[in-house]
Amino acid sequence: MPLLDIKNLSVEFTTRAGTFRAVDGIDLTVDEGEVVGIVGESGSGKSVTSLAVMGLLGSNGRVVADRMMFGGRDLLTMPAAQRRKITGKDVAMVFQEPMTSLNPCFTVGFQIMETLRVHEGLSGKALRNRAIALLEQVGIPAPETRLSAFPHQLSGGMNQRVMIAIAIACNPRLLVADEPTTALDVTIQKQILDLLVQLQRERGMALILITHDMGVVAETAQRVVVMYAGQVAETRPVQSLFERPRHPYTGALLDALPERALGKRRLPTIPGMVPGIADRPAGCLFSPRCRFADARCRAERPALFDVDDGRARCFYPLPDGHPAAGEAL
Amino acid sequence: MLRFILTRVSLVIPTFLGITFLTFILIRLVPGDPIEVRVGERGIAPERLAALRHELGLDQSLWQQFLDYVGNVLSGDFGLSLVTHNSVLSEFITLFPATLELALCAMLFATLVGLPAGILAAVKRGSLFDHGVMGASLTGYSMPIFWWGLLLILFFSVALGWTPVSGRLDLVYYVEPVTGFMLIDTLMAGDYEAFRSALSHLILPTIVLGTVPLAVVARMTRSAMLEVLGEDYIRTARAKGLDSGRVIGMHALRNALIPVVTVIGLQVGTLLGGAILTETIFSWPGVGKWLIESINRRDYPALQGGVLLIATSVILVNLLVDVLYGVLNPRIRHAR
Repeated sequence: MPLLDIKNLSVEFTTRAGTFRAVDGIDLTVDEGEVVGIVGESGSGKSVTSLAVMGLLGSNGRVVADRMMFGGRDLLTMPAAQRRKITGKDVAMVFQEPMTSLNPCFTVGFQIMETLRVHEGLSGKALRNRAIALLEQVGIPAPETRLSAFPHQLSGGMNQRVMIAIAIACNPRLLVADEPTTALDVTIQKQILDLLVQLQRERGMALILITHDMGVVAETAQRVVVMYAGQVAETRPVQSLFERPRHPYTGALLDALPERALGKRRLPTIPGMVPGIADRPAGCLFSPRCRFADARCRAERPALFDVDDGRARCFYPLPDGHPAAGEAL
Repeated sequence: MLRFILTRVSLVIPTFLGITFLTFILIRLVPGDPIEVRVGERGIAPERLAALRHELGLDQSLWQQFLDYVGNVLSGDFGLSLVTHNSVLSEFITLFPATLELALCAMLFATLVGLPAGILAAVKRGSLFDHGVMGASLTGYSMPIFWWGLLLILFFSVALGWTPVSGRLDLVYYVEPVTGFMLIDTLMAGDYEAFRSALSHLILPTIVLGTVPLAVVARMTRSAMLEVLGEDYIRTARAKGLDSGRVIGMHALRNALIPVVTVIGLQVGTLLGGAILTETIFSWPGVGKWLIESINRRDYPALQGGVLLIATSVILVNLLVDVLYGVLNPRIRHAR
């Protein structure tokens, strides 16, 4: 039985302009100790999915799903008070903006210890020692003195380490990292990613890594979920996905990687934008931007079909990953 | 910290000079000097008038009078009241506790009601409660104080007879003034009847004086809370699995308090000097009523000294707010 088992999850936001479906019937499973990468452009619904898993959506976000189980417990019917006992303890999250994700009015030590106090009832010396040990584990030098530091006294990378320390404080079974390195310098990005992977291996926790960076996924994840416009476009084990992408969107994302564009004069891009609330096409959601779309793609919505060792939402999955430009299907 | 306070204190010197100069000039612009006002329609022989003016130093040039006054104040001498011939400082010190007690009660009332109302309105944004609080605070803010005071007196004191109409204490009680705060003095004397009387005298003035600050505090708290509740660190607090009481009451409120404390401090300043209407309506024996009387009698030393001393207390409160601001906001504390 998977640790996290989500079937047909949708999230709708009610705005003045109408109802917007940010996440549209996705399935997501994560096994114990597994690293799953969720990739997609901005607006593809990656973050909303993770917030739905955490139960952090505001009152205007309506979550509907056929099944949403964590560790054998039903998250959909669970009372809020029960859910809070899991949130931050068994499922924890690291956010994108370390500088604004920590409370500026409280010390780093207080914010780490708060989690331990609430979920594990620790206090006094034991609490302090756990906090120091956590700061050590996330690679913060001189942890004793850093406990009394305020977030504004630390760099972005240090703050993200603190966020990670808070997230792993209670040994979660699942860690959700929502673009944990996007706001950081390139040199720091690598350190933070390495830290996350190292912690994941040491503790055997499952990790959902949300990113728009295919390179990050290649280095860390075992399985990849490619999201587009709130739907799953393709889901495959990482190696075969990178070797032989079957969805044209995945193929285009991979082609846009600089290291795959060696010898080309221009870096390939995907024209257009993810469809928003008003301009969703009648057929396949990717059809307006797809090089291979035909009349059927523009009229009918494809389902998720089984391909090789995973699934892809395409009528005409790419035969060998990289068809020549302009090749007809 | 000491350096910070010293810098702040040196910055208020021009403020003091300006206040002294303005009060000095403005009261002299009002027709009629102290002697003319006291003589009234009876008239006075010109020689006698000149002699009295000379006695009070009013025949000297304005500049000379001003410099003399500033010199005296700098040596701690605020002069004697022209009417009572008591020291202005001692009169102020006698009356100020009444004003301070009323102002503190009004601020306490405004904070104790306004803060929770603002927080709840922000949390239940768009609800009936939110609209009710915001409507009520707009009404409170816009209402003329004297009219509101009279209305409350008519209803609670006259029609229902629940509270006394005016004063600080029923005449049947006498309490030795120790602190000057009636609530504390009556308790210290162990006279609970008198305490009840003092409390019942305080209720209406407190409500009247506290209405505008209450409205301001409620609105400010609501908007500060709304802003803070949308911050990333609130989402982090929720992601830790904290209950909403802790998320709102600690993580959000601590940040929202920073602007609210500023507003409360400014309001206390306004209350100290601006209780004049309320004190007049309720015949509250405080500084505000005393100042109004000083103006009517052209009691120059009393008015000048009173304004200066009130300004001092307002500046002290603002200084206190700045210090408190640093305590609440670590980013400011470390910037020093």
